[in-house]
Amino acid sequence: MVRLFTNPIDNLLTLQKALADTMTSDWFGSGLSSRGGVPPINIFQQDGEYAIIAELPGVDRKDIDIDVQRNRIRISGQKQVDYGEGASVHRRERQTGAFDRTFATPFALDADKVKAEYNDGILALSLPRAEQDKPRSINIS
Amino acid sequence: MSKKQELTPQEKKELDAREEKTVAGKFYVPGTDIFETGDAITMAMEMPGVNRENIDIKLEKRQLSVQGHIDFDNYDDFKPVYTEYNVGHFSRSFTLSSEIDTENINASVADGVLTLVLPKARETQLRKIQVN
Repeated sequence: MVRLFTNPIDNLLTLQKALADTMTSDWFGSGLSSRGGVPPINIFQQDGEYAIIAELPGVDRKDIDIDVQRNRIRISGQKQVDYGEGASVHRRERQTGAFDRTFATPFALDADKVKAEYNDGILALSLPRAEQDKPRSINIS
Repeated sequence: MSKKQELTPQEKKELDAREEKTVAGKFYVPGTDIFETGDAITMAMEMPGVNRENIDIKLEKRQLSVQGHIDFDNYDDFKPVYTEYNVGHFSRSFTLSSEIDTENINASVADGVLTLVLPKARETQLRKIQVN
């Protein structure tokens, strides 16, 4: 018999904490935007900057629109699959259609410095925080 | 009455492995379209995030297996804040019918989609026969 030397309470507590973190996330906590939707996104933090990564395989970069307005970002576009004329389809697992998603960042965004890259079917947005929104330390004179 | 077709969230399907993998990490099944034209069968497999160099295509007898590896180094100093999908390698195998000209299979990658063109062997191409 295989014995697993892990503490079940530890696992449960980790899960519980992860759930609580998701529920109280600043990104989707009290805003209007919802979880789910296409494209699914992951948000990462790196040296105080944020990055949004989304999988959009098979979408032409010309068909992806990104709009930034104050602290709102909209990713929209169209995914098309072309089988060519007269093709008979044996298996169809890839989806086609329109996607549209808007979310708000929990900080003020420097709209001019938002950068987008699209490589190997992955869309990466880097979201720099606006200069006036960054924390500042004040010296006591 | 043409309603705009919308994409719906699609859950990634995890690979139900029949053999052990030598690489750590999760494996997913790439969503695949297979379609046939007059002289070839084409397979399009979605493998977002897989670089051209990290795609491994093997053909052993009629067993075609495709693996795509994610370079996790890109995520090294990234701290996840909010996540909706998991990231993993891709793996899938197909048994080709014998009518394929296995010498001339052509593979190309664009925007995270691997396209394999499998030309049909000459003797199985569709021939239209005229009635005199």
